[in-house]
Amino acid sequence: MKPFKVEEGIVTLLDLPNVDTDQIIPKQFLKRIERSGFGPFLFFDWRFTKEGTLNPDFEMNAERYQGASILVTRANFGCGSSREHAPWSLLDYGFRCIIAPSFADIFYNNCFKNGILPVQLSETEIETLFNRVRETSGYTLRVDLEQEKITSDDGLCFEVKVTPFQRTCLLKGLDDISLTVAHEDKIKEFEANQMRVPPPLLK
Amino acid sequence: MIKNPKTMFEKIWAAHVVHEEPGKPSLIYIDRHLIHEVTSPQAFEGLRLAGRSVRRPELTFATMDHNVPTSDRSLPILDKTSARQMEALSENCRAFGVTLFDLSSPHQGIIHVISPDLGLTLPGLTVVCGDSHTSTHGAFGALAFGIGTSEVEHVLATQSLIQEKPKTFLIDINGKRPPGVEAKDLILSIIGQIGTGGGAGTVIEFAGEPIRSLSMEERMTVCNMSIEAGARAGMIAPDETTITFLKNRLYAPIDFDRAAEEWRTLPSDPGANFDQTTQIDATFLAPQVTWGTNPAQVVSVDAKVPSLEAFSDENDRKSAERALSYMGLHSGDPVESIKIDHVFIGSCTNARIEDLRRVAKFAKGKKVSSKVHAMVVPGSQAVKKLAEEEGIDRILKEAGFDWRESGCSMCLAMNPDVLKPGERCASTSNRNFEGRQGAGARTHLVSPVMAAAAAVEGHFVDIRQYDQVQ
Repeated sequence: MKPFKVEEGIVTLLDLPNVDTDQIIPKQFLKRIERSGFGPFLFFDWRFTKEGTLNPDFEMNAERYQGASILVTRANFGCGSSREHAPWSLLDYGFRCIIAPSFADIFYNNCFKNGILPVQLSETEIETLFNRVRETSGYTLRVDLEQEKITSDDGLCFEVKVTPFQRTCLLKGLDDISLTVAHEDKIKEFEANQMRVPPPLLK
Repeated sequence: MIKNPKTMFEKIWAAHVVHEEPGKPSLIYIDRHLIHEVTSPQAFEGLRLAGRSVRRPELTFATMDHNVPTSDRSLPILDKTSARQMEALSENCRAFGVTLFDLSSPHQGIIHVISPDLGLTLPGLTVVCGDSHTSTHGAFGALAFGIGTSEVEHVLATQSLIQEKPKTFLIDINGKRPPGVEAKDLILSIIGQIGTGGGAGTVIEFAGEPIRSLSMEERMTVCNMSIEAGARAGMIAPDETTITFLKNRLYAPIDFDRAAEEWRTLPSDPGANFDQTTQIDATFLAPQVTWGTNPAQVVSVDAKVPSLEAFSDENDRKSAERALSYMGLHSGDPVESIKIDHVFIGSCTNARIEDLRRVAKFAKGKKVSSKVHAMVVPGSQAVKKLAEEEGIDRILKEAGFDWRESGCSMCLAMNPDVLKPGERCASTSNRNFEGRQGAGARTHLVSPVMAAAAAVEGHFVDIRQYDQVQ
């Protein structure tokens, strides 16, 4: 996993609450058996018209937002299906940081496994960001996980709230499995004591 | 009075902690790992790249459900990418020693239908699957939740998961559920009241007499949709209904009576403290129909599509406005006036034998409207077989329903069962998201009998008006 230390980039907007993972990556693209290459299908039904051209009414498609690496959106982002294809497609499209008032649990967890930093800010702070980004073409933010701060050239400063564990894993790009394998003795001990649940066996 | 009373969730959690350190999430043990073709290939690939094996292959069970066709099983699968995904699952299960119920197995079906029916889901266990509707298994008093593919790989490699301990949320239901109001209506109404994010960060325990009186199938419907309220999991305490259901299941514990004794100790202790509590009165519930594009956008069948002024929150109002436009509906339209083109009876929410029995009981001697295509997709091959033994298929076919093979089908339309843009469907599934049943398609979530009634009438109709429901 690519570590996340500092991300400075263009901010783009998705002005909808309850964006579900079916919208982030529609089901027809879940048949790939690879982790990569999902970016072109991100928000597919919204980004593209039925004819397959870029939808001019989808805010993110505007020229000024091209190359964005930070997404600011509304409450309960990533609800619905557990598909990790959602963060894979966001990452593949170029997003490293997503800022919203709240996230759905499974999606939030999945972000940390893929080097994406999800940041929760208050509704008021999100509103401020929406206004600033719309007022200034090419608006950028600097997300510094080491300092746990988001700052802008026009003086905004927000706190990044993640647990120390999540912070360390992202900063170092740690793989959860290798962390757990280090507790192999504990797992063995647990299994030895686990008389309560015998493995399922056919009678 | 019990000293230090504990919730059921706390008891199960505590029994599964492998390792804890202050300031870090816990490492918890996983008793059952369920996998399917869509969210597992990248996990197995990860194992291969790291040179890892599956730690406890005998605790992992696989089936193919998401993109399997529901047409004739003897025909080849035309969609090459779907076929490739299913082949990858077969190959991975073979290589890593995992039990697979493939398309030729009598146990194939939707993973959340087959695992309980096989007795793989048991009270007190931790159950995970790379699928959000894993919350279904909580109906047995198991701690069951959906995970991402990285976590699937983690469980395969270590039989454990790194998890922050969720908070607890008691939804205490009282009153008496009226006739015609199903478990589906109960959970849709709860989601409507607490919202799609109302359960975020929590494990919900559903309690109260209206829950105790539910069958296991109905309890699964309730827990299945906990995720639609954003909850990590939903749970219902095991009782004699649970124990009776599990007895003689294929994978039920050999020493069943001893296991059942343990299960009886699982329910939350009297006086146990929950982080959050809500009371719901079931007495005045009516059958529910969703009008929007998330499951919380729901009203009673005898109500009207809400007006935008009804939403005090700016985000909710914008969301409703967009939903109405997508759904092709107007504020003030009576729900019963909404005409439908399709009916889908199926999914991990409502494709169990009891669901099909109720549908058949209603449909007997009636005819599906000539303007409606209505399909019934049994949750598993075993459910299909049992239904056919009971003559359910015959009743439904005579009534004009299309009787299919098992799978997830039009719940998410990854297989060939896809709606066209603008088509409107009364669906017993769990998500009415934009495009869920096909790009531009419009989904209304309802109970199985409400779906059957809509199939017959060609529009939504209040099931309570039929004599047989009274």
